[in-house]
Amino acid sequence: MIAVLQPSDLVRERPLIGTLVALMTLLLLPGCAASSGKEDPKTLVVATHDSWAMSKSVLAQFTAQTGITVHVQAEGDAGELTNRLVLTKDAPLADGVFGIDNTFASRAVDEGVLAPYTSPATPSTARPFALTGAAGTQLTPIDFGDVCVNVDDTWFARHRLAPPRTLDDLTLPAYRGLFVTPGATTSSTGLAFLLATIVAKGSGWQDYWRRLMANGTQVTAGWTDAYEVDFTAGGGKGARPIVTSYSSSPPFTIPKGGSRPTTHALLGTCFRQVEYAGVLAGSRNPAAMRKFIDFMLGRSFQAALPDNMYVYPVDRSVHLPRVWARFAPVAPRPFTMSAAEITRHRTGWLREWRDLTSR
Amino acid sequence: MGRGRGGLRAAYVGVALLPLTALVLFFLYPVAGMTARGVWPHGRPDLGAVLEVLGRPRVHRVLWFTVWSAAAATGVAVVLGVPVAFVLHRLRFPGQRLVRALVVVPFVLPTVVVGVAFRRLLAASGPLGGLGLDGSAGGILAALVFFNVGVVVRTVGAFWESLDPRREQAAAALGAGPLQVLRTITLPALLPGIVSAASVVFLFCATSFGVVLTMGGLRYANVETEIYLLTTQELDLTGAAALSLLQLAVVTGLLAVAARSRRPVAWDRTAQAARTAPRPRWAHLPVLLVTVVVLVFLLAPLLSLALASLRSGGGWGLDSYRALSGTGQRNALLVPATEALTISLEIAVLAAGLALLLGTMVAWLVSRPRRGRVAALLDSLFMLPLGVSAVTVGFGFLITLDHPPLDLRSSALLVPVAQAMVALPLVVRTTVPVLRSVDDRQRQAAASLGAGPWRVLLSVDLPAAWRALLAALGFAFAVSLGEFGATSFLARDDRPTLPVVIYRLLGHPGAQNFGMAMAASVVLAATTTTVMLLVERLRIGPSGALGSL
Repeated sequence: MIAVLQPSDLVRERPLIGTLVALMTLLLLPGCAASSGKEDPKTLVVATHDSWAMSKSVLAQFTAQTGITVHVQAEGDAGELTNRLVLTKDAPLADGVFGIDNTFASRAVDEGVLAPYTSPATPSTARPFALTGAAGTQLTPIDFGDVCVNVDDTWFARHRLAPPRTLDDLTLPAYRGLFVTPGATTSSTGLAFLLATIVAKGSGWQDYWRRLMANGTQVTAGWTDAYEVDFTAGGGKGARPIVTSYSSSPPFTIPKGGSRPTTHALLGTCFRQVEYAGVLAGSRNPAAMRKFIDFMLGRSFQAALPDNMYVYPVDRSVHLPRVWARFAPVAPRPFTMSAAEITRHRTGWLREWRDLTSR
Repeated sequence: MGRGRGGLRAAYVGVALLPLTALVLFFLYPVAGMTARGVWPHGRPDLGAVLEVLGRPRVHRVLWFTVWSAAAATGVAVVLGVPVAFVLHRLRFPGQRLVRALVVVPFVLPTVVVGVAFRRLLAASGPLGGLGLDGSAGGILAALVFFNVGVVVRTVGAFWESLDPRREQAAAALGAGPLQVLRTITLPALLPGIVSAASVVFLFCATSFGVVLTMGGLRYANVETEIYLLTTQELDLTGAAALSLLQLAVVTGLLAVAARSRRPVAWDRTAQAARTAPRPRWAHLPVLLVTVVVLVFLLAPLLSLALASLRSGGGWGLDSYRALSGTGQRNALLVPATEALTISLEIAVLAAGLALLLGTMVAWLVSRPRRGRVAALLDSLFMLPLGVSAVTVGFGFLITLDHPPLDLRSSALLVPVAQAMVALPLVVRTTVPVLRSVDDRQRQAAASLGAGPWRVLLSVDLPAAWRALLAALGFAFAVSLGEFGATSFLARDDRPTLPVVIYRLLGHPGAQNFGMAMAASVVLAATTTTVMLLVERLRIGPSGALGSL
């Protein structure tokens, strides 16, 4: 649309257009200012997942030791975090990453998101968690957790029913309609449980899931829904006494004034998740991230992991909190699968799973 | 005359510049960037792959579910919302303002919270477990209606308020029965407002994401959840781009249809003064009953939230509220929830101001008479952000606004700007029907009496639209307070809004964190109610009657 402007119109219209341009400039300027601040070598931006939590005093120790301030930036769950890093690898969102797990590690490595770094601070007990090949030189294991089926002991005692013990038990008629699990496509907890069944059942996993669904299993969008709405021992006092959660969940069900949890984890149903940290390729401040990875392997950060993020430190010489030592043992022989194999098959498995669980 | 025309046209272009720039920068450019990644995966266009995705039977099922669930939810929301709009905006009774404010609350609650609240009622163990709605399409529809009925009430109500009741009175005086008045006078006059509301609600429903996942237990998928899964989990950018394009095509088609049926109805509104709304009478019983049912439906999940927030240990107490000044059990939060509330309010002021500024400009452009096609195009263009996947926009922001001079990813203004883009269509939808119904002859008369364009604006358009503008401002503020999709994507962790904090609390185990999430939701609902009450007071004045001008 071309307007025919008269001289008098120009005079009248200019202030308006001038104002608009000024407004737009105002809008954009702070952005430029903020971006130039990133180059400061004394601040470190770490991309992580939504479950990140760490006490301020531990991070303050790092600042005291190195003069570097850590800014964490949550970027969704472990899967979304990885994919956001892949999409933004030409202009990285951060200097480093914490929280890529073994179910997404290979994708991050294959897509060239990371720069090599092997921390000299890696404790010997962390070695079994290390990845193989190129991934091993880019991602450093920091912590691990076991996704396990949890049962509500109080409910089973009240109903005079023996709680299930194995994956196969979940398909028995006695436990019909009692199991709730977060979905594998929308929850990393759900994905870990699906992987446990795939390792356990091999080529028969689809059949296992058919039986599971036929036995009245409920699938929810996320862990919160399953645990806090449907699980009988969760906040919502739901109707299902069997849930997919973590081996570290039972201590949270110790009643006020009580000394024992009212739930326990089935240690024969667990899939091991390992979380890694790495330096991002294209980081403006790789040296600071390397220092932070060393710090994450140090005793104070490792010791703070259980209380803040409900995971076990890779440094096994670090003492666990007392209730953890008693009521949250790690699975002695968890199901595991190589990161490369998970990445190779994930999409296919998820599509099959989706078809098995939806009507 | 010729000079005046030229001046007006220049003003038209000038006013269009700012909102259009914002739309291009903060919507079209990011969406195009993200879609291009999928369509040009290796620097070459790969249309075959896009067509392959569109041919998948699953995509057809997903599209069908999207369309029918959104249409059904919109239908129910309109059928329930219009009577409530009448009761809340055309009658007068004590406590009316509070009810008006409450009706909007569901709209601003984060879907995660509503999901949990709804599922606590509908789950087999809940008080409404007997209905068997948990995990069904019925549950999804109920939640969609819950979210959106307030939009209908608000949009239609603001429009209804500005209709002169004397036509209806005249028809009644001439012997028309109440139903006949409704059918021949009221509904036709109200139609632009209803179409406006319905098109917004449809877009909200068709792009809803949390509700479909949470309420449907993953058994149902709409285009939005599918784009989310393909992008964030499978990194299938081609699939996501194909669905985004499909979404864009469907939405554009729908907007074109809606634009056609939004034919302006000019109503004479010269004398709005001295009109007082009637008190409810027996004749109003049916609409009053509908209103009560809707209120119960809206309040039940809110009540379930409030009860959950008051649980502490084995009994009752305010522990969850006291905990809001801290960072939660085991450092679930990076900043205290109370600080997040302050941040939310700051952001909402900016976002609502920006949405009102841009929205008023768009509404003014769209409502100009004799600009039929251009106006319709602009109108639909600014509705697009509602109909396009938030995931595509969000990821688009990350990959397009990442280099100077547009490196905005870490800018503190990004969140208010994104929220303003979400609220903008609501501002436009609330304001346009009112501006359109201004008889252009009034403007011509004012102009021929020597009033300049500003004077016309101030003395003709503003008096007609100021109520709608205030309603729009309050609405934009509420949208900003509750916005979660774009905000969770763009908010920096040291400046989270309250919905982001609630989401974090829900994702971290521990009874205290859960209680805090519930308490924070109640605080969010209460804040929204307060803001809406303030707006109502400004809009109507302390006397309670619909004020004279």
